[in-house]
Amino acid sequence: MSEIIKPENIVYEKTKVMTDKVMHYCPGCGHGTAHKMVAEAIEDLGIQNETIGVTPVGCSVLAYYYFAVDMQEAAHGRATAVATGIKRVMPEKYVFTYQGDGDLAAIGTAETIHACNRGENILIVFINNGIYGMTGGQMAPTTLEGMKSSTSPYGRDLKTMGNPLKISELVAQLEGTYYVTRHSVHTPANARKAKRALKKALEYQKLNKGTCLVEIVSNCPSNWKMTPVESNKWMEEHMFPFYPLGDIKVPQQ
Amino acid sequence: MKELRLMKGNEALAEASIRAGADAYFGYPITPQSEVIEYLMHVQPEKTTGMVVLQAESEIGAINMIYGAAGCGKKVLTTSSGPGISLMQEALSYIAGAELPCVVANIQRGGPGLGTIQPSQGDYFQSVKGGGHGDYKLITLAPASVQETVDYVKLGFELAFQYRNPVMILTDGIIGQMMEKVELFEQQPRITEQFDWATKGKVPGKDHVIVTSLMLQSEEQEKINLRLQAKYREVENNEVRYQEHYCDEDIDYLLVAFGSCARITQKSMEMAREKGIKIGLIRPQTLYPFPVAIIEKLAAKVKGILTVEMNTGQMIEDVKLAANGQTKVEFYGRCGGMIPSPDEILNAIETKLIGG
Repeated sequence: MSEIIKPENIVYEKTKVMTDKVMHYCPGCGHGTAHKMVAEAIEDLGIQNETIGVTPVGCSVLAYYYFAVDMQEAAHGRATAVATGIKRVMPEKYVFTYQGDGDLAAIGTAETIHACNRGENILIVFINNGIYGMTGGQMAPTTLEGMKSSTSPYGRDLKTMGNPLKISELVAQLEGTYYVTRHSVHTPANARKAKRALKKALEYQKLNKGTCLVEIVSNCPSNWKMTPVESNKWMEEHMFPFYPLGDIKVPQQ
Repeated sequence: MKELRLMKGNEALAEASIRAGADAYFGYPITPQSEVIEYLMHVQPEKTTGMVVLQAESEIGAINMIYGAAGCGKKVLTTSSGPGISLMQEALSYIAGAELPCVVANIQRGGPGLGTIQPSQGDYFQSVKGGGHGDYKLITLAPASVQETVDYVKLGFELAFQYRNPVMILTDGIIGQMMEKVELFEQQPRITEQFDWATKGKVPGKDHVIVTSLMLQSEEQEKINLRLQAKYREVENNEVRYQEHYCDEDIDYLLVAFGSCARITQKSMEMAREKGIKIGLIRPQTLYPFPVAIIEKLAAKVKGILTVEMNTGQMIEDVKLAANGQTKVEFYGRCGGMIPSPDEILNAIETKLIGG
């Protein structure tokens, strides 16, 4: 590339915080962009060598291959406990978890709430696409009312299957959280906003003021059984009204 | 400096962890071991050695904090008892799979289920045969005194780091709760070594470090399993520890017992010897690796072996495997929190072992 484009003319390069490993994600999935925003935030802050990430169980289980920072793979739902262990013995590092809705808001709810309640100085990146992607499209804690999945084939029935969980609003009420915000990465403008939030959240970690959670409402074309374009439209029409984008808790001045 | 103190087992274990230079303790209260975290919270080692002490939201939380901190190459431990140790099995499997060092102590109580808070040795199978999913082993140390509890904290960390494997200290409510004279070892420095395998922030010019137990390619996963097995063979060859009583003499009978139960059995052995019965005792100090060779050797010369346990018969399976049919292997045990008396065991020696 450098032979063709002179350095002074380069306007964009892939972030060095992403490896060259080919991603396993489905076409049109939001994970790739979400990863890039996290990685670019880390690069912009110049903290690649001071960051330790924790990956979940779910579609992003292999994210440790894609982030060029030291990574640990946690058991299903336990990422915030693992991150607590890391941060407590290495308080000078930047520590983040990257978790899906099943991992963070179903099996890992206790770990999530208690990490937030202790105010662990970590960043939780929460990808909410309302479905279990990796296991093949089962109902998630965040699956919307009436939304079809392989374990709610006639649509989520609130009476028997419970209600979609707004975990970000929930943890925002805890004294331990410092910054809770909800974004998406389905358009360039939204992705940039998400990146700004991620950067802020990482910067806040140095203040030792508590847990930051950045939720990214995302899509799942494969399991929603839509084209990528259709899934983004469906997300805007159905997910955003229930999971509205924007700040939920901002630092008190 | 070394120090002589009269201490409760659980408190001595906690003090030993500070002195061993531990970086962190993560735990959750459960009887009969809550004194460990109570002692640490009271002593506040964070102010002296810098050791972190944190009460987690559950045993699941605690052991996953252990995973994270161990993955950073730090010296970390947790303690619990039966029900809590069961909750930790998932993460222990992950820790063994990711080859991380840590020390876990199980101050055993009676089971199954919520069971009882009284002492037991019912978690032998869980500790020695796996407990969690997949082919893995915990190096399992079985102290029989407060002194050994202290010594095994230090030894446990050494073995954990040498083999990058979780170490289980399998003790019980008797040793955890009783006070004994104990010599505490000198304060060890906290480790400063930066391990290649640990997450500590990417080293420029080197690949990023990944701590994981996942390998989706079966060919690679098989290789990992075989590598683990090679490590376990090395452990079996090098780390067997046991204590023997009268086994180099001309004995007709052999007793095998571990932990607190071995101390009672030792008394029964002395009573039997006063009656003229030629009998000895093997006390495994490592339950995994199990002292197979010595039991196999002695099985060839004795008329019978009696295994004494505070459960319904668990270690006896390993004793039988070691004896390999060379002699009869009998069992005597109490369970549910009951502790056998020396007289009961003597009676079992006379009826089951000699008379049987």
